[in-house]
Amino acid sequence: MSVAKPFSEAQRMLRICAICNYCNGFCPVFEVNVHHPPTAATLAHLAHLCHGCRNCFYACQYAPPHVFAVNLPRALAELRHQVYLDRVWPPAGRWLLDYPFAALLLALTSGWLLVLLAILVGTAFDLGAPMQTGFYRVLPWGLMSLIGALPLAWSGLALAIQWGRHWRSIRPPQARGLMRAWWRTLPAILSLSHLSGGGVGCNDRDAGFSQARRRLHQALFAGLAFCLAATLTAALYHHALGLSAPYPVLSLPVFFGTAGGVLVCAATLGFSWLGLTGDPEPRAPRASHLDLAFAALLLIVAASGLALLLGRASAWMPGLLAIHLSSVWALFALLPYSKFLHAGYRALALLQESLTEHETRGD
Amino acid sequence: MRRQCTDIDVLVIGGGAAALAAAIEARRIGCSVLLAERAPCHLRGGNTRHARNLRLAHLAPTPFSPGAYPPATFWSELQRATQNTADPLLGQRLVEGSLAIADWLQGAGVPLQPIAGHRLPESQRTVFLLGGGKTLVQRLYAHAKHLGIEIRYETEVTDPLLTGGRLLEVCCRKAEYKQLRPRAVIACCGGAQANRAWLARHWGEAADGFINRGSPWVTGEFLAALLEQGAQAVGDPRGAYLVAVDGRSPADDGGIVTRIRGIPEGIVVDQEGRRREDEGGDTASTRYALWGRRLADWPRQIGYLLLDARGLRAAPPALYPPISAATLGELAIQLGIDPEALRLTLDAYHAAIRPPRAPGDDWQALGLLPPKTRRAYPLVEPPFHAYPLRPGITFTAQGLAVGPDTRVRLANGGVVENLFAAGMIMAPNLIPQGYLSGLALTIGLVFGRIAGSEAARYVRC
Repeated sequence: MSVAKPFSEAQRMLRICAICNYCNGFCPVFEVNVHHPPTAATLAHLAHLCHGCRNCFYACQYAPPHVFAVNLPRALAELRHQVYLDRVWPPAGRWLLDYPFAALLLALTSGWLLVLLAILVGTAFDLGAPMQTGFYRVLPWGLMSLIGALPLAWSGLALAIQWGRHWRSIRPPQARGLMRAWWRTLPAILSLSHLSGGGVGCNDRDAGFSQARRRLHQALFAGLAFCLAATLTAALYHHALGLSAPYPVLSLPVFFGTAGGVLVCAATLGFSWLGLTGDPEPRAPRASHLDLAFAALLLIVAASGLALLLGRASAWMPGLLAIHLSSVWALFALLPYSKFLHAGYRALALLQESLTEHETRGD
Repeated sequence: MRRQCTDIDVLVIGGGAAALAAAIEARRIGCSVLLAERAPCHLRGGNTRHARNLRLAHLAPTPFSPGAYPPATFWSELQRATQNTADPLLGQRLVEGSLAIADWLQGAGVPLQPIAGHRLPESQRTVFLLGGGKTLVQRLYAHAKHLGIEIRYETEVTDPLLTGGRLLEVCCRKAEYKQLRPRAVIACCGGAQANRAWLARHWGEAADGFINRGSPWVTGEFLAALLEQGAQAVGDPRGAYLVAVDGRSPADDGGIVTRIRGIPEGIVVDQEGRRREDEGGDTASTRYALWGRRLADWPRQIGYLLLDARGLRAAPPALYPPISAATLGELAIQLGIDPEALRLTLDAYHAAIRPPRAPGDDWQALGLLPPKTRRAYPLVEPPFHAYPLRPGITFTAQGLAVGPDTRVRLANGGVVENLFAAGMIMAPNLIPQGYLSGLALTIGLVFGRIAGSEAARYVRC
């Protein structure tokens, strides 16, 4: 597929939408589209303003097999993927985005090798000796932290560059009151208000309205927040209280970690079920692959974490720890080349809308 | 287990709003219902798929429309639009029945668009469907299925047999003939706008120049067969609701987006390069139908909207890109118009233009025939653009005469006791001429419900 095709297809469909306007109650994409018929610059913004609720696909009198063949959710999903590719840093990241399952395999394998290497190094130089307890017997604390921190630092940089590039291309010319705009946008971001479609729910699997995707999103978000809380409380225990892992079952890190792990497992399985059983027509295959690969990666991280919790007193512990750590490495390293990208792009789209709306009202 | 389709209480013919309302109403009363839709599943719903809003009376503000629209106001507007040709008894049932439609739709799971979003043209008269007519179709089919209505697609019903004031049997074509003897039948299969032969019979060669804006399955054969069997006709066989659409639109199903909206921004000429009407005379949404009707009488049913660069900027967006050229002469050649004739038309038009004299005045071109009474700007800024225009047919205006209970009347007096009609097939009782926006869907839903309950009552007695 040529680079220009996602843009020209979306432009062709949005032109029809701007005349028809029947969907203007569903989402802000149509409202923006009416006021500014799409140019290449606004298309990249509109693509991320779309939350893929698919209301407009099932409502469309011009949906395939009509000769106008309007399938906006698919066209905008294609376009989002194209925007990811256009803004990726470094350029080699395109490959990871276009072959997400190969990227997943590569990241897991490299993580596995790295963890093994770290264990060998730790054992050879007896670095674990000062802390003879639990996990750190297998892999010393310092090396373990590095396996997490290094890819995370890299990913932070890559994400900042990509999201920064996008913001520079979409921000309104005189963007004032950015902080206040963030505050206005935050409730919409956190409540995922657009995932209720036009107020009736999304068309997650078929022509029927549903709240499934929104609930799964909330569950995933809560799960990841619990996992973060587990890490932070564990760090507190380790550094401030001088308590070394593994922590007892009735401790904050284990509670948060368990809750987070279960939520992430449930949410990623739910997303995959929607993706595999739902109507494929309004989806873009390459965007769906990116979704599925990311769900699979999160599932591996969460499931291996739960397995480690269950098996931490057994002889399986070193193997389980290595699997969990390599999956965490893979997740952190792949953040800027995975579906995780959408979080920033969506937030920026909402921020842009909030700034534009505010300026219009201020006039 | 699949019901034997030979043993059914109510057969509903058609698949749009009227058919669905009739089927749902009859099923709710407890009848077994078979709904036979001619289109395949993905194109079900007739012209309801292209609908956007419906005209509903209401006595107080609702989340979907502000103010009030009393039934009496609705009725007087209907009388005015049809020049007092609407059937008063049916009109009464229409405007009063419309009071309950918003609740009925929501009860069946059809979302309406709240006015709180401020994304709609403010209207006390019409309520907008969230997502348009296709969402209504999807929701009502889901509801019908849930209620246990048997739905058959790609199923055409033919050969009605009317004897002794009863519809004795029909044929149900799906793969092979199947004779059906339902206890009651509700015909909701619309007019005949997609039927080329029907149009040619009443319009002659002009029919070749028409574009069908809606479903290609609304061909009126069942209507014609009933009329042949002695049902009473109502309305005007040559009547049709025509709208000016882009001449390059698909032959069927182009819907709302093929309308050409920029006529007041330019001039419209025929194939000979002559102006025939005042392009600034009507700038409201009624202009679409005015121009559609006019084009039907023009040579080859074609006109061209000509715009200069200014006009194109001012015109609302259009489906297809215009035909463009650097000069008007070159544009004329592309359109197959004699450049000299077009030059004469433009010279006369330009000579007649009077710029505004006081603030609030408009540009006008008076003193020529026809004048342009509003937005008469000169066509001087290159490049120049043209949109070809053709009449787009929306519905025909001949149907079945029905009583207030939607029972089909017979030409020689009396009614067919087990045959009912709802929707555009009986709309000519109410709109033998003229139209009001949102009326088609209201007629479909109100009389669909009435027909469904009357048919059920007949079957149950």
